[in-house]
Amino acid sequence: MTVTAFALVRLRNLFAVVMLSGIFSLLAAVLYVVLDAVDVAFTEAAVGAGIATVLMLGTLALTTSVVKEAPRKPIAPLLIVFLTGALLIFGTLDMPPYGDPIAPIHHHVAPRYIEKSGSEVGPPNIVTSVLASYRGYDTLGEVTVIFTAAVGVLILLGHGRGRRSRKKLRPVEKGARQ
Amino acid sequence: MKFKSVLRVTSKLLIPVILLFALYVQFHGDFGPGGGFQAGVIFASAFILYALIFNIDTARKVVPAWVRRVGLASGLLLYSGVGVAGLLLGGNYLDYSVLADEPKIGQHLGITLIELGVGVTVASAMITIFYLFAGQSGQLEDR
Repeated sequence: MTVTAFALVRLRNLFAVVMLSGIFSLLAAVLYVVLDAVDVAFTEAAVGAGIATVLMLGTLALTTSVVKEAPRKPIAPLLIVFLTGALLIFGTLDMPPYGDPIAPIHHHVAPRYIEKSGSEVGPPNIVTSVLASYRGYDTLGEVTVIFTAAVGVLILLGHGRGRRSRKKLRPVEKGARQ
Repeated sequence: MKFKSVLRVTSKLLIPVILLFALYVQFHGDFGPGGGFQAGVIFASAFILYALIFNIDTARKVVPAWVRRVGLASGLLLYSGVGVAGLLLGGNYLDYSVLADEPKIGQHLGITLIELGVGVTVASAMITIFYLFAGQSGQLEDR
């Protein structure tokens, strides 16, 4: 993953960058499988490696596929990135090690979900009962975000005037482009 | 890509399998990994594959604009509607236990319905976004 990340930063050909980011997502999915988070891995593989790659390719078809060289070497952004990274690493220093049984995350609501979700909610997959039932509001919010994203794209790119006028517009547009 | 017969035949064979797998992920989410989000994305990917192989205008006829928009809104409405139904039946918002006589059956019904809502919205959103992106230029069809 690190190698892919560095290659992503160095490459100038955006087509290769999109492909590499797909590979990066796939590697992340493998990492999640190793961590036993199958549901997350599934989502990462489907959304990150699949749909996101296709959408990026669609964007590339609309724009160019080669980065323009920056006029000067940016120093300040590099410093900010390093500072943020250092702060993030500093923040993880006092986190409990992975798999630590006395870590606070295993003592808040997790035991209740594991013990009671079978009798309170039912489905054998605890992830589903947490997502859909215990955390129903969160999932509703996520769906709303996706809905809003699609509506935003519709407003920006969909000409916003309904089907009929778009059908009238399209031949004209095509003629103008060719 | 009009004359790539290998691609056309393979994609015709693959698309039903992809759709079937999406439905499996959708309705088997209670028992195994999966759920509305993943199923919606997989469902949409079948249509995206179709649009890539048999150009975007044919794909637009398969899923017309009104279907995409109605799907987009109805999934979210179904999700929030389940919440409101819980309210009307005397529970809290998004509390599925009151949907049926037995709390567990109610929970199961509620989860199935909201996962369906999630799936429909995600699938329509992905198809909408891809169609709009691909429809901006005629380049995708001759790649």
